[in-house]
Amino acid sequence: MSTVPGTTTAPGVLERVRGSRLLWPVVALVALVVANAARNPGFVSIRLQDGHLYGSLVDILKNGAPTLLIALGMTLVIATRGIDLSVGAVAAIAGAVACTTIAGTTDPTSAGAVTRGIVLALVLCLVLGLWNGFLVALLGIQPIIATLVLMTAGRGIAMLITDGQIITVRNDAFREIGAGFLILPVSILIALAALGAVALVTRRSALGLLIESVGINPEASRLAGLRSRTIIWTVYVFAALCAGLAGLMISSNVSAADANNAGLWIEMDAILAVVIGGTSLAGGKYSLSGTLVGALIIQTLTTTVYSMGIAPEVTLVFKSLVVIAVCLLQAPKVRERFRRHRRTGPAEPTAGVASWSADTDGPSAPGHPVGQDASPATAPATNASTAPKQKVAQS
Amino acid sequence: MTTTAPTRSDATGRRSATRRPIVPGRVLPVVATFALFVLLFGVGSVRYEGFASGQVFANLFIDNAFLIVLAVGMTFVILTGGIDLSVGAVVALSTMVAATALKAGLPAPLVILLVLAIGTGLGVLMGLVIHHFEIQPFIVTLAGMFLARGLCFVIGVESISIKDPFFRALATGTIELPGGVVITWSVVIALAIVAAAVWVLHRTRFGRTVYAIGGSESSATLMGLAVGRVKVAAYGISGLCASIAGLLFSVYMLSGYGLHAVGMELDAIASVVIGGTLLSGGVGYVLGSLLGVLVLGVIQTLISFQGTLSSWWTKIAIGTLLLLFIVMQRLFMRRTS
Repeated sequence: MSTVPGTTTAPGVLERVRGSRLLWPVVALVALVVANAARNPGFVSIRLQDGHLYGSLVDILKNGAPTLLIALGMTLVIATRGIDLSVGAVAAIAGAVACTTIAGTTDPTSAGAVTRGIVLALVLCLVLGLWNGFLVALLGIQPIIATLVLMTAGRGIAMLITDGQIITVRNDAFREIGAGFLILPVSILIALAALGAVALVTRRSALGLLIESVGINPEASRLAGLRSRTIIWTVYVFAALCAGLAGLMISSNVSAADANNAGLWIEMDAILAVVIGGTSLAGGKYSLSGTLVGALIIQTLTTTVYSMGIAPEVTLVFKSLVVIAVCLLQAPKVRERFRRHRRTGPAEPTAGVASWSADTDGPSAPGHPVGQDASPATAPATNASTAPKQKVAQS
Repeated sequence: MTTTAPTRSDATGRRSATRRPIVPGRVLPVVATFALFVLLFGVGSVRYEGFASGQVFANLFIDNAFLIVLAVGMTFVILTGGIDLSVGAVVALSTMVAATALKAGLPAPLVILLVLAIGTGLGVLMGLVIHHFEIQPFIVTLAGMFLARGLCFVIGVESISIKDPFFRALATGTIELPGGVVITWSVVIALAIVAAAVWVLHRTRFGRTVYAIGGSESSATLMGLAVGRVKVAAYGISGLCASIAGLLFSVYMLSGYGLHAVGMELDAIASVVIGGTLLSGGVGYVLGSLLGVLVLGVIQTLISFQGTLSSWWTKIAIGTLLLLFIVMQRLFMRRTS
């Protein structure tokens, strides 16, 4: 969880390589903040007023909380070589359930109504997560497609719950989740707490290792005695819960549930955050601190565009350019070329995760088409991966 | 995969895409989709008056011509084992470019060429990045989607209407078929593209390479096939199809707008999957994707005939169907292997 030495000039090769996975994202984040500060010095100023912190940076934290939370769940899913496209729809469903429940009680302003709404929403998300996990872990359907089902149907379900209306609620306790302050915004505190908890649970126990091993090769993990299915299932449930919580934040921030637009494209933002943070979509390794940086980059970028007075719709162009740049900088091939330029040869073995080294296997090594990655197929490390793809996928 | 298909169905299997004999195996999903389509259409004909007419059937094509073209492009990409999330945004960009260029007074043929060039260029670019930098197609095309959507808004945030006489003529012009059924030129274009895609996939070396890459990219490389070129070209084709779909869409809507076709890539992917193409690549048919689009269209028609159902039921129905088909695919694959 410690940050990366951002100003490495020429220390030991080992340290450079260790840091370099996060180096570029951090550089990008710092560059964004500096660019903002240069243009508008008020950008970095933070002031305390009525026990609240105010300032652009605080806004970034507050608005980035749902993305961070979803990206957190997504990180673990991607670490198992999966992907969860349904999180945006799940977030919309959570908001819809919470708001309709609160609005439907006799006293919509009471704290009891909020508790009921939140519990109901999270329980439903749990069920949705179980559903995704069931499709992926038990039926063995490719994650991208299994979660596409809920992504398509989910918004329909959310509309069904709200009856196609935008449900507004007036409840101070509910507002706290997304718009409240405990010096810092409550939402980012929740998100950071979740991040801390996950870091603690996965990195201080073997769980993180197990998740990564499932991502590298589910079949081998199973043969080694791991309960691959249980792990995969758990990961999807956790992702859905994160999405639900993020959905509550989003709807609480505006005190309304909009089944159509709440959390729209947030799954894309979350995936981008995870990828920018250095987690490989091929599974097998993940970086929680990277995800944090990635989520902050995405949100800072959005805020930058707003504060620079560029039309907000153009955000997308910037987002795509940054994504392409970061992805290119992280692509094993490009890094390899860089390395050859700087003649720092023996760096390779340090990054010896199976899928990682497979990427740099050689000039003719196959790329990673997503569908193939997403299926629990064999690791494409050797050219013998031709035959058993479908055979392994079914067991 | 087709080229190395096991023994007996090899000769017939290749021909099956056009004639569809009852070959158990890889054609089964397509047959199932066809059966589902007939079933849904039959249910509609029994339940609603005036449903079982040639015009309702023709309208399925008229209202979904752009989606058919999109699904064709998507089939190529998915057959290679990739995915293209950018197509919806490219459709929007195409409508926007077309509307703006026409408004600026450029002649229609030039505008069409410009749009096609932009779409194909974007596709090829994404393909090059995917192949040469070995970044996952999912991420690259996601970035492409953001880029294309963003470019729409760079051009303009308002909806621009199209007043060009050629586009108007294409939009209002109809062809009368025997039996009083009327179709538009968009349908003809879409079906021509389907036919061309079938030919390319099953009658050319390029098409066989597409299947081979999807079956196993490393094997295809070892066999000495032009993996890189074909993969990049598949994304190029998808981009080209997306821009053609964009032109058809701008004819259909007679306007250009950055928020056109939001989420259409999902419809395209859903049609391809419902049409029996495996997302892991190597297995599937363009005709299946066409049937997939028709199934989606029939569901929409059913819901609009019912009248009391809200539009969000469409989404739920598509999701359910998607589920049905992937579960069926799983069971089917388990049995054959």
